[in-house]
Amino acid sequence: MAGYTQGSGRPNQWLRNLNAKIASVPMILTAVVIFLGGTIWTVVYSFTNSKLLPRLSFVGFDQYERLWDAPRWLVSVQNLAIYGIFSLIFSLVIGFVLAALMDQKIRFENTFRTIMLYPFALSFIVTGLVWQWLLNPEFGIQSVVRSLGWESFTFDPLYNANIVIYGILIAALWQGTGLVMCLMLAGLRGIDEDIWKAARVDGIPMWKTYIFVVIPMMRGVFITTLVIIASGIVKVYDLVVAQTSGGPGIASEVPAKYVYDYMFQAQNLGQGFAASTMMLITVAIIIVPWAYLEFGGGRKRV
Amino acid sequence: MKIRSFAAMLATAVALPLGAANAADLEVTHWWTSGGEAAAVAELAKAFDATGNHWVDGAIAGSGGTARPIMISRITGGDPMGATQFNHGRQAEELVQAGLMRDLTDVATREKWKDIIKPASLLDSCTIDGKIYCAPVNIHSWQWLWLSNAAFKTAGVEVPKNWDEFVAAAPALEKAGIVPLAVGGQPWQAAGAFDVLMVAIAGKDTFQKVFGDKDEDVAAGPEIAKVFKAADDARRMSKGTNVQDWNQATNMVITGKAGGQIMGDWAQGEFALAGQKAGTDYTCLPGLGVNEIISTGGDAFYFPLLKDEEKSKAQEALASSLLDPKTQVAFNLKKGSLPVRGDVDLAAANDCMKKGLDILAKGNVIQGTDQLLSADSQKQKEDLFSEFFANASITPEDAQKRFADIIANAE
Repeated sequence: MAGYTQGSGRPNQWLRNLNAKIASVPMILTAVVIFLGGTIWTVVYSFTNSKLLPRLSFVGFDQYERLWDAPRWLVSVQNLAIYGIFSLIFSLVIGFVLAALMDQKIRFENTFRTIMLYPFALSFIVTGLVWQWLLNPEFGIQSVVRSLGWESFTFDPLYNANIVIYGILIAALWQGTGLVMCLMLAGLRGIDEDIWKAARVDGIPMWKTYIFVVIPMMRGVFITTLVIIASGIVKVYDLVVAQTSGGPGIASEVPAKYVYDYMFQAQNLGQGFAASTMMLITVAIIIVPWAYLEFGGGRKRV
Repeated sequence: MKIRSFAAMLATAVALPLGAANAADLEVTHWWTSGGEAAAVAELAKAFDATGNHWVDGAIAGSGGTARPIMISRITGGDPMGATQFNHGRQAEELVQAGLMRDLTDVATREKWKDIIKPASLLDSCTIDGKIYCAPVNIHSWQWLWLSNAAFKTAGVEVPKNWDEFVAAAPALEKAGIVPLAVGGQPWQAAGAFDVLMVAIAGKDTFQKVFGDKDEDVAAGPEIAKVFKAADDARRMSKGTNVQDWNQATNMVITGKAGGQIMGDWAQGEFALAGQKAGTDYTCLPGLGVNEIISTGGDAFYFPLLKDEEKSKAQEALASSLLDPKTQVAFNLKKGSLPVRGDVDLAAANDCMKKGLDILAKGNVIQGTDQLLSADSQKQKEDLFSEFFANASITPEDAQKRFADIIANAE
């Protein structure tokens, strides 16, 4: 209505849906001032030698040079890569398989769905603590199996520097796959019954129907899931703190923890900002091409 | 009449809290949460409450590394507490420079802190540009080796008298299923143990050259190479310590599951709380029994600048009650640390504390690494040593090269 105040001429483009635009002003301001502003501020200060308090004395790329010389940062990046790749693959595969099983019109589906989703209701800190206890050699899985008679059984991933990151991965999968399963299940329910009937009439085996027909049709769901998992991977922090606090030694450090430790414990804001800028760049490298394909060129969406 | 007396009663009811308002509630944050520490901090609270004010305890669990960021962000974020613990030295340096902390020079001159605080380096660490910004409460020294007499008895060897004997006894301990040296997983423990080894093996002057003058050539030199060799021994001996917190590691010594631990004198509070006696149940070796030198780092209280006048007054009361001779004795006996004033009577002190007092009186002291290095260099050092102690594939030579780099870049 407000858009037609300019008389009988063509409605002003800017004034169309004015109510909606006014309503979204706070969100736009938040996004621009807090997210964008904060990001730019961080990047600018990453070129300074700020210690405990931000200070504008520029030192060029010094902070970045130190960052990429620090063994701890390199270990962190490597851990994030391992953790990221495996948690992406496993949570998608396990989540989808669970959803497909759940979709077979089984009994008590509600109950199972609740059980699977339950871990997701816990915070990362609680998940981390639970798994810290389960994986503790003195009173966790190892001691249970040993008390059953397998004396030489060893399973202590959190105390072995070579495999500690997989111990963290187990906890992450335990927590995350339930959500993935639910998203996938929603996607599967969105597939028209007729497609299944047609596939059955044509005599296509069920697994083939899933892989060649159903999954391509669930593209949207997969992309949503991918974004949710990926953002969870980059920011992994609390799980590590609760399970190992980066140990043994520095074997399970992750970038987010490096940022926190150097910003607040080492009182070196510049170094922390440089590390967080590197994290931003990583995310940008993943998100930008995808966003371009999804929303940009061609508009050839299915 | 009735109404009038009722009104009078109401008036007194309103007036009473106003009259008592001279006394203020002061929130004090600290990271003293283990058993012995909590008992000690209760003494400080008692002394402060006796001045008519009220101590609001703001303990933050999880040791200094967790607590300091919270404290600093409260001060910089405009929600300062009444007083807060820091290790005196450089941790609060920038907060002072930014004008966020309160100048205590008035209280200090009135109460003659300059004359009573010994060694003087403690007050120097509180002084920035000639003004005093903190009240030291205790001296903590890192240079102690705590040994479990029971563990050595089980292993059938004599309780060692110095580091070398301890290293030699390690195989016997291992054979008895005892971890020779307990080193908890928190990064600062590994870094601290190394600093202790450095004082014991390379001596006071080398320590001062490396951490005081930041001389990278000395850090890369043969003296420090010896220290890394000893650290390599320590690494081998610490294998199998699957605990995180320092007091859990101390507990391994108390229960005889570990032979010994390199830890500051705050570990003593844990032994006392467990009802153990110095000399019979456990043995303490200052300077690892090699070089009887102790560092004089410690804890101090800093006071953020507050607008509320009542609270500012209470801050002064707290500052002077912290240095009161009676508080000093009560607090330090529970804490296992040494008092900051030389004129108090510590007749109740146990063997280990007396050893410490002796060394202090002889003046065999050095500054702590918190006083010499910035938090940034300390963190880098922690990263290096937590990695070194956990990962046997790093050679002492490689580690020394990285150590020299850190010293070269330190400010």
